[in-house]
Amino acid sequence: MGFKDYCFKKSLWVFHFGGASCNNCDIEILDCLTPRHDLERFGILLVGSIRHADVLLVNGSINTRDKDRLLEIYNQAPKPILVVAIGACGCTGGIFAESITFAGPVDKIIPVNAYIPGCPPKPEAIIAGIVKLVNKS
Amino acid sequence: MSKKTIIPIGPYHPLQEEPELFKLYCDGEIVKDIKWETGYNHRSIEKLSESKTYDQVFFLVERICGICSTSHPFAFANAVEEIGNIEITDRAKYIRSIIGELERIHSHLLWVGLAGHFLGYNTVFMWAWKYREPVLDLFEMITGNRNSYAMFKVGGVRRDIENVKISIIRKTLSDIRKKTDLLAGAVMDDPVIHARTKGVGILTRQDVIDYAAVGPTARASGVAIDVRKDDPYAAYPLVNWKVITAQAGDVFAKAEVRLLEMYESISIIEQCLNGLEKVKEGEITVKVKEIPEGIGTGRAEAPRGEVFHFVVSDGSNSPARHKIRAPSYVNIATFKKSCIGQTIADATISLAAVDPCYCCTERMAVAYDINSGKRIMNANELIDCSIMRTAEMKKNLINN
Repeated sequence: MGFKDYCFKKSLWVFHFGGASCNNCDIEILDCLTPRHDLERFGILLVGSIRHADVLLVNGSINTRDKDRLLEIYNQAPKPILVVAIGACGCTGGIFAESITFAGPVDKIIPVNAYIPGCPPKPEAIIAGIVKLVNKS
Repeated sequence: MSKKTIIPIGPYHPLQEEPELFKLYCDGEIVKDIKWETGYNHRSIEKLSESKTYDQVFFLVERICGICSTSHPFAFANAVEEIGNIEITDRAKYIRSIIGELERIHSHLLWVGLAGHFLGYNTVFMWAWKYREPVLDLFEMITGNRNSYAMFKVGGVRRDIENVKISIIRKTLSDIRKKTDLLAGAVMDDPVIHARTKGVGILTRQDVIDYAAVGPTARASGVAIDVRKDDPYAAYPLVNWKVITAQAGDVFAKAEVRLLEMYESISIIEQCLNGLEKVKEGEITVKVKEIPEGIGTGRAEAPRGEVFHFVVSDGSNSPARHKIRAPSYVNIATFKKSCIGQTIADATISLAAVDPCYCCTERMAVAYDINSGKRIMNANELIDCSIMRTAEMKKNLINN
């Protein structure tokens, strides 16, 4: 078992970065933590600081003002970190890709480990995506 | 003047789902002034809208805000139908109102949960979000998606609510009513919640009028403003309901108004379902050939207040100008009245009490110098200028 596998073997702590989003993905991420889906069963916990996190969830299109802040948050993160782009906007820019303030999809700014498409992805899809990612790494 | 401490909240704060920055200027523990800064969420939607056809704009305005993702299409449809002088069928009216009211229920439940979370009552948060799930299931059954329903189009709705589904909706609604009783009981009877929210973040009737606040924020201070009554649209004039108001203007009154509004919403939906059964199945759209030249305004009552859309048509297939004003834009300004003079701990719940939505409100700010009137550039723009200058000089040198 390598160091990376060891890091992601136990409870994953998650930090949520909402870019220029419409809130849909944000509430679906919160929804994963509430009783119907209850991700905390698996030790997945939303944390307040990137310095405590194993996974960085990024959703929403990234605009010119968010770009530098996303980079800074990524640089502050303890490595290795898994980055997950959530929703159509996070994956490609979605409907906002033609916007004048759009600064590129997430993978143009920071390396991304997994994409969860959908507008918004259902909580089941978010959970399935993270489970796949954990099994792979 | 005493020295003030600035406490920043945000832009990426665990308390908030959306990025925005508050600066609380504090003297000791008392908030003396508050400033807020946005722009982290700007997507230039009004500009994008001019490049899309009328049918496509509905998908765009739906994504202004994921929580009130029916209110914006509602207002936009009202605006475009005013330009084209289009009268929709009764069935479409009922379906529109049903979707709008279901959205109000899920949005208010979401707020109750978040408010509980801010007060340190995570049980209320978990409960409210658990009881919100059946509403989302209804949405999935009716529209095919949990959020962003894509139900509206010019001249009607995209999907019918078949009469076989009505009994399922009725059953879920009666379940939701019971859960609302439970939640309302838990919130209204809890002495700790009373102590934390009564007399906190008070907006007087005069404050509401001065700041032109809308929605539950205004109704909790005794101003009975509601677009559904003042400027009736869709099926709201066809059903019986009343505008809920409270007098106190504090956080508790805002919670009370929202909880009681959920009962009204349930009753509106039930009456709309009765109406649906009486009209013929399948008549959900009228044919719209083209949108003539003209100006239209559309209003709709979102869970947070009045949504206003202004559309200019030049006779082509996309809007020539589209202006949007969301309710939070005016409600956020009331922070100046409700938060100043509170302790920091009370300021958070006062901020949350208006149910602010920043992705609706987002504006782009451009700074101009007061004296010269020239635009002030930021570092990136200066670098761009410099790059352009280099390119220009290079070109001149090559040409010479």
